Amino acid sequence: MMDQLNGGGGLPPLLQLTNVSKSFGGIAALKDVDFTLHAGEIHGLVGENGAGKSTTMKIIAGVYSDYEGEMRVDGKLVHFRSARDALSAGIGMVHQELSTIPDLTVAENVFLGHQPLTKFGTVDWAQINREAARLISSLGLDIDPKTLMGSLPVGLQQLVELSRVLFSGAKTIILDEPTSALSPPEVKRLFDVLRKIKAEGRGIIFISHFLDDVLEISDTVTVFRNGKKVATEPAASLTKDAVISHMIGRGSIGMHMGESAKLISDDTRPIVLAADAIGDGKTLQNISLNLRAGEITGVYGFMGCGQVELARALFGKIKLKRGHLMMDGAQRSFKSTSAARKGGIAFVPENRRMMLFRTEPVYKNVSIAILDRIHRLFLKPSQERKIAATRAVDLQIRPPNPNMALGSLSGGNQQKVALAKWLTHLPKVLILSEPTRGMDVGAKEDVIRIVKDLRDKGVAILVLSTEPETILTLANRVTVLRKGIVAKEFNSGTLYKADLLAAA
Amino acid sequence: MSAPTDQISNLPKSKPLQSFVRNQLRNIAPVFTLLALVLFFSLASSSFFTMVNCMNILSQISITAIIAVGLTYVILTSEIDLSVAAVANAIGITVAYFTLQPDYVNIANLPMPGIIAIVLALLSALAFGLVTAFGVTWIGIPSFIMTLAIMQIANGVSALLVRGQIAYSYPSLITMLGSGSVFGVRWTIIVAILFLLIGHLILRYSRFGRYIYMTGGNREAAEYSGVNVKFIIGSVMVISAMCSGIAGMLAVAYFGSAQQNQFDSYLLDAIAAVVVGGTSLFGGRGGIGNTIIGLLVLGVLNNGLDHIQIDSFLKILIRGLILLIALIINIYAQKLKESE
Repeated sequence: MMDQLNGGGGLPPLLQLTNVSKSFGGIAALKDVDFTLHAGEIHGLVGENGAGKSTTMKIIAGVYSDYEGEMRVDGKLVHFRSARDALSAGIGMVHQELSTIPDLTVAENVFLGHQPLTKFGTVDWAQINREAARLISSLGLDIDPKTLMGSLPVGLQQLVELSRVLFSGAKTIILDEPTSALSPPEVKRLFDVLRKIKAEGRGIIFISHFLDDVLEISDTVTVFRNGKKVATEPAASLTKDAVISHMIGRGSIGMHMGESAKLISDDTRPIVLAADAIGDGKTLQNISLNLRAGEITGVYGFMGCGQVELARALFGKIKLKRGHLMMDGAQRSFKSTSAARKGGIAFVPENRRMMLFRTEPVYKNVSIAILDRIHRLFLKPSQERKIAATRAVDLQIRPPNPNMALGSLSGGNQQKVALAKWLTHLPKVLILSEPTRGMDVGAKEDVIRIVKDLRDKGVAILVLSTEPETILTLANRVTVLRKGIVAKEFNSGTLYKADLLAAA
Repeated sequence: MSAPTDQISNLPKSKPLQSFVRNQLRNIAPVFTLLALVLFFSLASSSFFTMVNCMNILSQISITAIIAVGLTYVILTSEIDLSVAAVANAIGITVAYFTLQPDYVNIANLPMPGIIAIVLALLSALAFGLVTAFGVTWIGIPSFIMTLAIMQIANGVSALLVRGQIAYSYPSLITMLGSGSVFGVRWTIIVAILFLLIGHLILRYSRFGRYIYMTGGNREAAEYSGVNVKFIIGSVMVISAMCSGIAGMLAVAYFGSAQQNQFDSYLLDAIAAVVVGGTSLFGGRGGIGNTIIGLLVLGVLNNGLDHIQIDSFLKILIRGLILLIALIINIYAQKLKESE
């Protein structure tokens, strides 16, 4: 393992990719990527969703094994078949969604899967707790190894997971969006730990959307765009604007601002639903928002910024811990989703599964939200079918057969059914989370047309998305969220993609 | 053929029979089980397939049927109610507690006019249901555990009211419905048929029934469609307690006595009837039709085993095996449906 490959005098890099490409079903996801990580380096990795960051990381971490090109670890050619291979070669990853187990202690989490045993074959608890305490304090942290994981704040849980990766002997550590759920002091503490790890001669790959964080902690920054590496530069020579223009590329008008949209909003339109400094005590810190009749308000932010919670707070699914809602000028609080629905609010969540009944026919899926309007006590399925058939024609749901099981429709058509639910009796407020994510071009255009049509009919619409394109295509106004608070609002003028990325 | 002409008839039509069996397995299997059992017992015993015995079977399953109506609602929402038999017992004893008992019954009771005794017993059943509903929906206790606690509480109420004694008198209406008959048909059968019929109509043709199916089919989706899921689940818990209470009142008259622990076999029988009939344990599929078949399977089995030469202790084991097979089919049918 430790063969010294003294090619250029110094040690070989920890990790080196040469001409790595990867495609999914004929579509190239990664094209000829070169990437080098040195010992004692923190290497920032940035790019938009789908730019190739995660594909690259999954190749490095052994998740994808069918790629072209070469990967070297410590100068030695490797080709991982599994995540286990990668781990035993010294490559560990901390995911954005932590994989710690809340009901176990900190020490148990650190030693998960390789607990030391006593000579009698029982678990050596004394050693586990002693070693975990040593490991944690070596990172400059003060956590009792016997505390339950679940009782720690997310920031500390993440550091425990990091120490688990360190304990497993990883020399290369990949951190995926490590700061997205952290408060500023927690970010500072994480950075202190990362600098310690770096000083030990390990290498860190730091993937993040938060460009300020990347520029602060990284030695080198690599930018991805459309499956290609477009730049690798020392962080000291980069500015946030420079990084953004690398990420977006040269626009058709020669500016480094990416796509743009003209925001057309009208402050004389009545406010239908207003959120006043609302928070859920967890992710949502403090958000104020006005939804106006006949306008689409876009909410942009990275994953974990509080979009998911905001939508649910407005729809009565999450209880507000602070702030209040005003509907048509009067204070309202929705104790349940059915109260919100009756109050005129409609919601289509980001995941279709959450609101559709796969094994039921289309017409039951469409009628569920309006049963109390079309039936007093007893059902009239013929009427339900008629309504569903009308919606199927309006929304071009294919095939337009209300008796078909929902699960046999394509994804885009299922999304249309999810919308169709709310369109028979127009709601006052329509909340759409990621309305076009994962859809093919045709279905996407259909949905955009439908949403704009509803806006023109006077519905106040809230579109939440992590995709700048969706926001730019639809919104009349834009609110950018960051870590549960409103980071910036755009109400008029030309909004560039770069503005969104810089504000989030 | 594969031109995208959006014809409604353009559905995959490969192996229609296989797809029918796939979809209907949970409904077909119980019917075949029932036919097979009837055929077997008719051949094995000359006294089985007679008018008198058929009425016997119906009368034997009638009390279970009333309990099973409420339980079908509960299981359709993918919850469970383990307190049905205990609540039935407690309410049967409650109605006796409010009725004047003969001198030789040594129970300190509180005699009331018959109609008031019945109303008080119904209110007690309602109270059990509301407490369960509150625990499951508001506090968020899993129904499995919540109804286990209610089972114990109901048993406690029964114990306190009768204190080891046996009561023999009930309001005259209860005595008539529980032990009387009209034109040779026992009232319990008629009441059971009414409950099954009304239960079926509500499930299939009312908005409430649709909400029950949708809540059981995908609770999250029901909630995101603005259905008041807590209200639906709370309601089915109350309905189940009311059905159990009414069954309990009729049963004490049917048995001829009200005492502790006389409903012990009814919990398993009611759950078995619903599940053997093919109602999905995961909710959302099945219904009263399935429960009727399940009741008949159980009734035929219990009754038929008495008509053939068989070790009476073996009966218990056989019932257990039948239930196990039904559970396997139930889960298997669910997986077939999901794999589509």
